[in-house]
Amino acid sequence: MTFDRISFMVVFLGVPLALFLVFVISPFLQALYYAMTDWTGFSPNFNFVGFDNYVKLAQDDIFRRSVFNSVLLAVVVPFATIVIALLFASLVTVAGGASGGIRGLKGSSFYRIVSFFPYTVPAIVIGIIWAQVYDPQAGLLNGILTAVGLERFKSFAWLGEVATAMPASMFVMVWALVGFYTVLFVAAIKGVPAEIYEAARLDGAGRIRTIWSVTLPLIRDNVQTAWIYLGIAALDAFVWMQALNPFGGPNNSTLVMPQELFNTAFGKGQFGYATAMGVVLAIVTLLFAAAVFLGFRLAGGRDSGSRL
Amino acid sequence: MTAEATTATAGGREQVAAETVGRTNPGDRRAAVISHIVLVLWSIVVLLPLLWAFVSSFKTTNEILGSPFTLPASLNFANYSSAWDTAGIGTSFFNTVVVVGCSLVLVMVLGAMCAYVLARFQFWGNRAIYYLMLAGLTFPVFLAIVPLFFILRSLNLLNTLQGLITVYVAFALPFTVFFLFAFFKALPEEIYEAAQLDGAGEWRTFFQVMLPMARPGMASVAIFNFLGLWNQFLLPVALNTDPAKYVLSQGMASFASQAGYSVDYGALFAAVVITVLPVLIVYVIFQRQLQGSVAQGTSR
Repeated sequence: MTFDRISFMVVFLGVPLALFLVFVISPFLQALYYAMTDWTGFSPNFNFVGFDNYVKLAQDDIFRRSVFNSVLLAVVVPFATIVIALLFASLVTVAGGASGGIRGLKGSSFYRIVSFFPYTVPAIVIGIIWAQVYDPQAGLLNGILTAVGLERFKSFAWLGEVATAMPASMFVMVWALVGFYTVLFVAAIKGVPAEIYEAARLDGAGRIRTIWSVTLPLIRDNVQTAWIYLGIAALDAFVWMQALNPFGGPNNSTLVMPQELFNTAFGKGQFGYATAMGVVLAIVTLLFAAAVFLGFRLAGGRDSGSRL
Repeated sequence: MTAEATTATAGGREQVAAETVGRTNPGDRRAAVISHIVLVLWSIVVLLPLLWAFVSSFKTTNEILGSPFTLPASLNFANYSSAWDTAGIGTSFFNTVVVVGCSLVLVMVLGAMCAYVLARFQFWGNRAIYYLMLAGLTFPVFLAIVPLFFILRSLNLLNTLQGLITVYVAFALPFTVFFLFAFFKALPEEIYEAAQLDGAGEWRTFFQVMLPMARPGMASVAIFNFLGLWNQFLLPVALNTDPAKYVLSQGMASFASQAGYSVDYGALFAAVVITVLPVLIVYVIFQRQLQGSVAQGTSR
């Protein structure tokens, strides 16, 4: 062991690791403890209350509502985004023609570049733009709808009605996410050998059939990864929701767990209780990831027998 | 022209094949038309709100409230100056450049060092650190946010740019390490040995031999980290509540919630353009590399 070697290991491993342990791992661990206290943060003394916070959470109607909304987002947003992104990716890569070789659609790079735009726009700005688009009086959406003769949307509050607030918010998230996953799937599809698509065509598979029976099984791992990332993004959703409906929307119809956590902690100063919400959020996130893994494993088991 | 045409051996057959492709049968035409319609519609859905925000940024608030379609009466830059100065977007912009710039450099250096050691040296606890990083990547930041607030407060780092930079680096570290881990793992052992034989120490081997070889990976991670840090919202909102130290995402959020009362929508749209345009221009210039990075990200 030379000085060179020792100093190298200490600096290269020690510095990043120390930073990571102090600012990432230790707050995670502390959270587990704070979640079992009635801490309000600014007084030095607090009591250990065991699982009381969790019992309280289970009876907290507003929190339960936020859990429901978050889970709804985690189900709908990844599914919608993946379906649309897969469709677009298939259209730009293999929709070129049924005879002849595999070629992309003309102008496909234009579509790819444009659909990727939202990824470069900060989520908060996306939320702000769409809050203006949905504005009842001066918004772009109602302007277009009334211009084509749908007078009843003259001052329709998309984000202010219980029936539309959630779907409108979901649309914004899908709008923001589709481009990135389209590019991701395009890259995955390009990695599939062209002969496989040619073989499918020779066997007479139509376009929809090709997406379903050829593309999907072959890029399954990418779809699974995408599903997990999207679910984590949907369970967060904090930025978009803060921009669209900072107070949780009409009747809390768009209130999500992270918003409720943030308000409870930094608005009401109930830090112990808020941390317990964080634990619930973490558990839901892990359950979601586990469900996706399990779902894909089961689906994979059925697929692999029939494939190729 | 196509795979089928080129694989045909006889020249005559090649021509026939090329002709059939050239004549595109009606089914292909219909599929292409439908594809174009769908993709053009989506492009409009993507572009329209952005263009509308851009046009609105030149309109007076009265014009904006009047009709969403009218073009501005005159090209009026007053919105930009009031967004930049009065609303403090200028200050936020500079803060963001400082915070994102410093964090990016630091996380790339520290992440590369950590990934290199984990990928190429065998020692006790190596796997444990790797899995700890995985945990850091999986758990939601919301779980950590309350304790993090108090850690920063006890270190006197709350409401400071240094504090924000530290936290940005710490939370961007797991992703950076993961991505670069694979890159360093793939570098051939012979190069390392050759550098050692030539008398280079560990430090020089890393900075002069290994790091330059990982450049493509570094570029991809840097792009993702830049976008991620530029967009970061929760960390600054919770840990940096002094308006003079706001970063852009925060400044935008607080401006938007104020605009609800004082109704300076023109300036709000101008602020949107100020935030979006620099990154969008950089993206259009480098879109090939960026999309390449996404592709790389999926293959590992």
